[in-house]
Amino acid sequence: MEFKFFYHFGNYLLMLKGMFSRPENVKMYWKQFMQQCVDIGVGSFGIVFIISLFMGGVTTLQTAYQLVSPIIPKSTIAQVVRDTIILEFAPTLTSIVLAGVVGSKIASELGNMRVSEQIDALEIMGINTKGYLIMPKILAGLLMVPVLVCISGFLGVWGGKEAGVMSGIISADQFIMGLRQEFRAYNVFFALAKSFSFGWIITSVSAYYGYNVRGGALEIGQASTTAVVVSCVLILFMDYALTAILL
Amino acid sequence: MIELQDIRKSFGDKEILKGVSAVMESGKVNLIIGSSGSGKTVMMKCMVGLIEVDAGIIKYDGQNFTGMDNHQRKEIRQKIGMLFQGSALFDSMTVEQNVMFPLDMFGTGSYREKKKRVDECLERVNLRDAAKKFPAEISGGMKKRVGIARAIVLNPKYLFCDEPNSGLDPQTSLLIDQLIKELTQEYNITTVINTHDMNTVMESGDNIVYMYKGQKQWEGTNKDIVFSKDQLLNDFIFASEFLREAKEMRQTDFFRSGKWRESLGNGGEEKKGAEKK
Repeated sequence: MEFKFFYHFGNYLLMLKGMFSRPENVKMYWKQFMQQCVDIGVGSFGIVFIISLFMGGVTTLQTAYQLVSPIIPKSTIAQVVRDTIILEFAPTLTSIVLAGVVGSKIASELGNMRVSEQIDALEIMGINTKGYLIMPKILAGLLMVPVLVCISGFLGVWGGKEAGVMSGIISADQFIMGLRQEFRAYNVFFALAKSFSFGWIITSVSAYYGYNVRGGALEIGQASTTAVVVSCVLILFMDYALTAILL
Repeated sequence: MIELQDIRKSFGDKEILKGVSAVMESGKVNLIIGSSGSGKTVMMKCMVGLIEVDAGIIKYDGQNFTGMDNHQRKEIRQKIGMLFQGSALFDSMTVEQNVMFPLDMFGTGSYREKKKRVDECLERVNLRDAAKKFPAEISGGMKKRVGIARAIVLNPKYLFCDEPNSGLDPQTSLLIDQLIKELTQEYNITTVINTHDMNTVMESGDNIVYMYKGQKQWEGTNKDIVFSKDQLLNDFIFASEFLREAKEMRQTDFFRSGKWRESLGNGGEEKKGAEKK
């Protein structure tokens, strides 16, 4: 397969540059932004809720399974669960899931608009389609992905506590005591920094592939898949890079 | 009025438009006809700026559109209405919201004024009852009419229609043709239609440009086309058996008396009638 990294990267940068122009009608752009916030935030809440609860529960059970030494206090389990969820699972796992849910939706929505000439119709009306269709999605991603990651963090920890208590591994008091031990606010900053970056990747990469679809239904499907795959790979790269830089 | 001067466009090595010059007159229905691959769609997309020309000039009422930057083009584009082949309606919006969209984006005035204008346009295309329906819930002909309503809602000076009759039955096609013609005359719009439909050619062609292999092969009116001696044009227009028969009769009373209109409008029944004559 021909590797067109520079072609796509150049086109991606041109797309980003093309987004910045004076809005034709600020009210309509705002409406579009709010709609995207609802689509990305509320639309993905269900799946984030489920994966976060189970992610926390499984982390607690697996941590307890590995910490078998009687000299390690039980509250350490909560500490490990908390840091694992805040540092890695909430931002990265949630974002990978969001790349699938939100990314494919953005790519297929824009792809369908392109194929059915809706984007051309907007262009002919004199609307900057990159500004009107893509920028609100990216801004909504930058706002809603960190919000979802925060919610995921809370739900993950809560799920971990419930799983620990229900399975009799740790009491609720021990778990809460462990959560308070050696808490570093910097970890939350780190998680937010990652979620902002991932929010940008998910929305902009998916928008790029969707906006540039040529062909028909088959190509929309391909663009959607490519958007998700590329977003996931970039999220993992960025995860490693930010961890190496910030921690 | 839209003027095209020596328009050229290539994709890779393939030259699609080979120096086309034409004038699209205001208050008239200007048709671009030609076989598939002759460059009609590319020409129309160049005219509205969806495709950049390689060379040549496009002027909108004397203003050089090709020499304008995006900001300047926006002003011209706000005077353009376009009906797409697939209607290009926004799926997530109702018929009413689709027609309201250009007004929301560019129009001034209160919601009530905008609503009144939308109702007028829907009334004009006879779709008042479908206002609350979504595009997926209406027929192809209705979608085309919604597309027309959306295209005219901002009172455009230029109306472009890409294959307005594709996928429609002959009766609905005629209704769409009549609607476009009436609107063109009513608002003195410069209308450009890209079509294969011979009914449209015969009914609406105030000015017809026939494209052949990226070049303008012939130009004239719907009256001229019947008596044209251009072999390529005749082969294209009179492609069907029925029309070839009609061509043989073109010097006869059949065309001079205007009976061809009836025969095209009513299909088989009239063909039999023409054969009897």
